[in-house]
Amino acid sequence: MQSAYGGRRTSMNIVVLVKQVPDTWAERKLKADDKTLDRASVDVVMNEIDEYAVEEALKLKEAAGGEASVTILTMGPDRAVETIRKALSMGADKAVHLSDEALAGSDAIQTSYAIAKVLDTLEYDLVICGSEATDSRMSVMAALLAERTGKPQLSGARKVTVDGGNVKIERQTDNGYDVVEAPLPAILSVVEKINEPRYPSFKGIMAAKSKPLTTLTTADAGIEADKVGLANAPSQVVEFSNKPPRQAGQIVKDEGDGGAKVADFLASQKII
Amino acid sequence: MPPVVRSLPSAEAEALLELARDLAEQELAPRAAEMESRSEFPREVFRTLGKAGLLGLAYGEEHGGGGQPYEVYLQVLEELSRAWLAVGLGTSVHTLSCYPLAAFGSQEQKDRWLPDMLGGELLGAYCLSEADSGSDAAALKTKATKEGDDWVVNGAKAWVTHGGQADFYNLMVRTGGEGAKGISCLLAAKDTPGLNPQAPERKMGMKSSHTATIQLDGARISGNRLLGDEGQGFRIAMSALDGGRLGISACAVGVAQAALDTAVSYAKQRKQFGQRIADFQGLSFMLADMATQVEAARALYLSAARLRDRGKPFGPQAAMSKLFCTDTAMRVTTDAVQVLGGYGYVEDFPAERYLREAKILQIVEGTNQVQRIVVGRSLTGS
Repeated sequence: MQSAYGGRRTSMNIVVLVKQVPDTWAERKLKADDKTLDRASVDVVMNEIDEYAVEEALKLKEAAGGEASVTILTMGPDRAVETIRKALSMGADKAVHLSDEALAGSDAIQTSYAIAKVLDTLEYDLVICGSEATDSRMSVMAALLAERTGKPQLSGARKVTVDGGNVKIERQTDNGYDVVEAPLPAILSVVEKINEPRYPSFKGIMAAKSKPLTTLTTADAGIEADKVGLANAPSQVVEFSNKPPRQAGQIVKDEGDGGAKVADFLASQKII
Repeated sequence: MPPVVRSLPSAEAEALLELARDLAEQELAPRAAEMESRSEFPREVFRTLGKAGLLGLAYGEEHGGGGQPYEVYLQVLEELSRAWLAVGLGTSVHTLSCYPLAAFGSQEQKDRWLPDMLGGELLGAYCLSEADSGSDAAALKTKATKEGDDWVVNGAKAWVTHGGQADFYNLMVRTGGEGAKGISCLLAAKDTPGLNPQAPERKMGMKSSHTATIQLDGARISGNRLLGDEGQGFRIAMSALDGGRLGISACAVGVAQAALDTAVSYAKQRKQFGQRIADFQGLSFMLADMATQVEAARALYLSAARLRDRGKPFGPQAAMSKLFCTDTAMRVTTDAVQVLGGYGYVEDFPAERYLREAKILQIVEGTNQVQRIVVGRSLTGS
């Protein structure tokens, strides 16, 4: 069977970064003591865009006639296993779970360090992540990982094709799209436009239970403990306050000049 | 809506019910009202269910089924029906339609057709009733005559769920003399020349589930599509229906649960005389009675399902379950309309849809009068 690499190699290794986040629709709060996100008191789900990343990896595998392996990589507490299982039940082949108390409270820069260390232990041709997580909303992981690993970054993909050792994407822009191409291995982030994630099948859920899941501590991955965690974070949340309650709206009475008043209002808000 | 509290037999079943709830909430519920109003058949939704493995749950894994006991499969049906009866009942009918082949087909027949049926690639229909024979199914007249190796079928089957949409049709036809022993079961493909679905019936509810007469005008069906033995058709039909009645029971509990959920949610929001109407004892007693009936109905169908799962006779219990669950759905949906008052009677709220849906469940797969006959005979003999 013709491989996705045009015969250069027999199999492509895809790593998908998946994050467990508080349910997007739940009320999310920072904890008063250490000012980190309160993850314990809310329902958790797979970060929505990560489902698209998993789907794209599965599609690339299918396009390669199955000659590829999809590995899920997650950093998070024990509970994140639920999210890993979901990705496996969608059809990913195996998973690596980086879980260590020492990682709690790590910021994006530290997280990229930790994930890059885990990537060093894996063989990969393509790392795929969602364009942002719904909790921190930094949208920087692909860039940080590209920097740390020295691999090309292709961000904001709405379409991906792998051919002959190259990966080509259409990058979504405000006015259309750019075509961006890079040699493998590469780091890729995807946007929601890219596909429609599948539901896990009942058989997939059953099969997920016996798929290989490797749990790593920081020591296992060669992560230096004093470079991660809240106490060592380069960025800190210094202060936060709750969103102010909504103000009463402004009522404009139409005395024949309603249209002009609405236009004035929109202009004052710099909307028009 | 909070999930229904269930006692499930395995972690596998827990995961399956979670999948069913996700699909019901995300794929069924958002489309139900709109597609019902247009009488549109949700073929794509069935494909999604098929891919997720929900259209062959109650059958063995050797042909691609889910290998689930009825106790679990029925609760999946309940969750689907809670979101959209047309899909829940369609899943039940499809499952029923796979039964003659799965239980009475030869190994060769099963290997050939069953995987696509259980995998949801092919949607099924089950044709027993005729215009003049409903409850008295053994009086059916559609005639199949042997010509060489083929059967040539003439007549018409009525009230066929998925009529005109299905990919395969189980046809109960007369191949011999009068009465139950002259009936055989043929598995016909939708593109059989002479198999002509008529326009869908214009129904009171469950409009997205198309129901049609299948006209058979010299439809030629290959001899290798006879399921079971010649003359065995009535027995096949009746044994399929025992399971089918449990399916309808679960569908009914799903609709009743949906009506209860709607009533509770409304009663907690609606204020009159300065307080929530839920806090008026007269109304809270109504809700309490509705909830108790729903819970009792669920317990009854599960009790019958467990008999089936353990290989014990369950015919009378299936009849009791169908009778009780569907009568419960009728009462609870009627009460839900009452709780919502005027809002219950308009199409902007789902209560009136549930009421219209419940009514058909007292009629299909054996009217509730027929169920009483089955139960009565089991007590006193015929």
